[in-house]
Amino acid sequence: MSKLSYTRALNLALGAEMDRDPAVFVIGEDVRHALTNVTAGMFDRFGPERIMEMPLSEQGFTNFATGAAMAGLRPVVEYQIPFLLMLVFEQIANQANKFSLMSGGQTQVPVTYLLPSAGWRLGWGAQHSDEPYSLFAHYGVKTVVPATPSDAFGLLTSAIRDDDPVVVFAPIGSLTMREDLAPGDLVPVPLGSGRIHREGHDVTVVAIGHLVYDALAVAGQLEDQVSIEVFDPRTLYPFDWDGLAASLAKTGRLVVIDDSNRTCGLAAEILATAAEEMPLLAPPRRITRPDGAILGFAPELDLALQPSRQQLADLVLEVVKSA
Amino acid sequence: MTTEASHGTASQGTAGQERAGQQGACRGGGAPRPEDLYRMMRLIRRFEEHALGLVKSGEIISGIHSCIGQEAVAAGTGAALRRDDIMLANHRAHGQLLAKGSDPGRLLAELAGRTNGVARGRGGSFHPSDFTVGVFGSSGSVGHGAPLATGAAWALARAGGDRVAVSVFGDGAVNQGALLESFNLAALWQVPVVFICENNLYATTLPVGASVAGSITGRAEAFGIPAESVDGMDPELVYAAVARAVARARAGQGPTFLEFRTYRFHGHHTFETTTRLRYRDPAEVAAWQARDPLALQAGRVAGAVRDVIDADVESTLDAAVRFALAGLKPDPADACDYVYASGLRTRPGVAASPAERTVPR
Repeated sequence: MSKLSYTRALNLALGAEMDRDPAVFVIGEDVRHALTNVTAGMFDRFGPERIMEMPLSEQGFTNFATGAAMAGLRPVVEYQIPFLLMLVFEQIANQANKFSLMSGGQTQVPVTYLLPSAGWRLGWGAQHSDEPYSLFAHYGVKTVVPATPSDAFGLLTSAIRDDDPVVVFAPIGSLTMREDLAPGDLVPVPLGSGRIHREGHDVTVVAIGHLVYDALAVAGQLEDQVSIEVFDPRTLYPFDWDGLAASLAKTGRLVVIDDSNRTCGLAAEILATAAEEMPLLAPPRRITRPDGAILGFAPELDLALQPSRQQLADLVLEVVKSA
Repeated sequence: MTTEASHGTASQGTAGQERAGQQGACRGGGAPRPEDLYRMMRLIRRFEEHALGLVKSGEIISGIHSCIGQEAVAAGTGAALRRDDIMLANHRAHGQLLAKGSDPGRLLAELAGRTNGVARGRGGSFHPSDFTVGVFGSSGSVGHGAPLATGAAWALARAGGDRVAVSVFGDGAVNQGALLESFNLAALWQVPVVFICENNLYATTLPVGASVAGSITGRAEAFGIPAESVDGMDPELVYAAVARAVARARAGQGPTFLEFRTYRFHGHHTFETTTRLRYRDPAEVAAWQARDPLALQAGRVAGAVRDVIDADVESTLDAAVRFALAGLKPDPADACDYVYASGLRTRPGVAASPAERTVPR
């Protein structure tokens, strides 16, 4: 297998889990015609009861999935647009994610929420460009953001097999990525385990989702001046704190690049935890979208609010110098 | 993860339940006898009265949403269901759980926050569930139980067999968008779900006339769902209507909507005993209390039979109270048990000091 695309990796993971477990089925909008390509070829393969087309009733069908899950099934719910996850935030955070506790362990809600278009697409404006993963992490809903095709395969597989609700954010910035893979590279990736994409000893850059590629580019660009370790948490909740601690034990310096808004975004939690619990040689820094970012339609306005490679390079050099 | 079931009380239940708590509950095998419906209604009424006493004495910290006055809906519904049918209830659900077959002692223990409760004290009065009798939960998010029930019912149909799911909600829920979305989904796919609206005329303080444009049954009819409005103070009429709806669902004929016109004799929640909200005309309350469903059903049962049932219910509930109050209060150290079905443990609110963190190398 060579040059596997990110979307194809999601497609393969989903198909494999549906073959493996008849309880797995997909609900969502335009899934029959595979608008997002995730369900490509699946309607013919699995039929209308397992590739279930939904009307535009996101709150209703999100709870429909919860009810089906408590009755023994494993739904995968696809949403096309990030804000839809905010529309159903109550159904996921206050209902699906609370039934295990509220029932005293009598039930489980193994639903996977798949957003194969998370975050930014140039020029799509204010309502199609959010990256609300920090909200779910804040509420303790298991949340993964695979950056690469193999992680997309591995984390979607683990999300479907997990006995709790899991939200899978597939960043738009990663969808065009392809990866050279050998047979056997497509394996489940456990939730809560980070990944070092590039080893280094001067500074740890924590990069989330598609920003992993920006971090790798900056690490290459600065390699004559500074040795950057690129840490991809892959799962935002539960976060691989031990993995981060191990990296910081080596570098002692931290920069986080995160596509959230600044206030209460995931980068804030990473900085706070590192400051409280891990030995640092210099104050940790972060690059995020601005507070309360709302993207304008014009590309100049849009790009002005995105975390950039230049910002990352500047902060890395600053952190190294300040130590 | 600690297992409180190992304390040995959670699954045992109350002595006497087989007589008073379960006979007449969840029969699903032909019309109940008048005395069976009476027995269940009496059990619910007296259960709620005991619960009110425990609210007053401080054993039930949350207060309760009493269903006194609405016993006929619960008893009639439970009698038309089988134990393996699924129910999604709401915040006023004690009666529905009892009629579905929950053990009174374990339910009362749940209300009192004890580990021998139906949900080990994690659901309480507001969110009780009892999977041993098919009650999947009581979502406090008004109206959102309907799509939960629709999804569960769809899963049951997919599995084959003739089990059904019922969603029980109040008149306030009929203005919730997700509930109407579930009507659409249920009708589109002819899902074996029965929507039961306990119209007690008030969503907390808001009268139904000031909140519902059109009609309650009209909402279901708009989706092509057969709908009936039935006197919810008569358990035999309730039973007959639910039995018809359940038969349709079991036969693959899809969803039914039932509006039961009823009334809660007490406030929305026991907090009203102190807030003294005045949103109901005392004459209206008195007129409905004069139609007490328990008195109606009592009139259909011979006095001598009734006396035996009443005594039996009292001894069942005495045992239930003893069982509940003998239950252990949860260990605070177990507060995060059951948050995740996978057993994931969350970080505490206070970080370990840097010296305590051990880094695996």
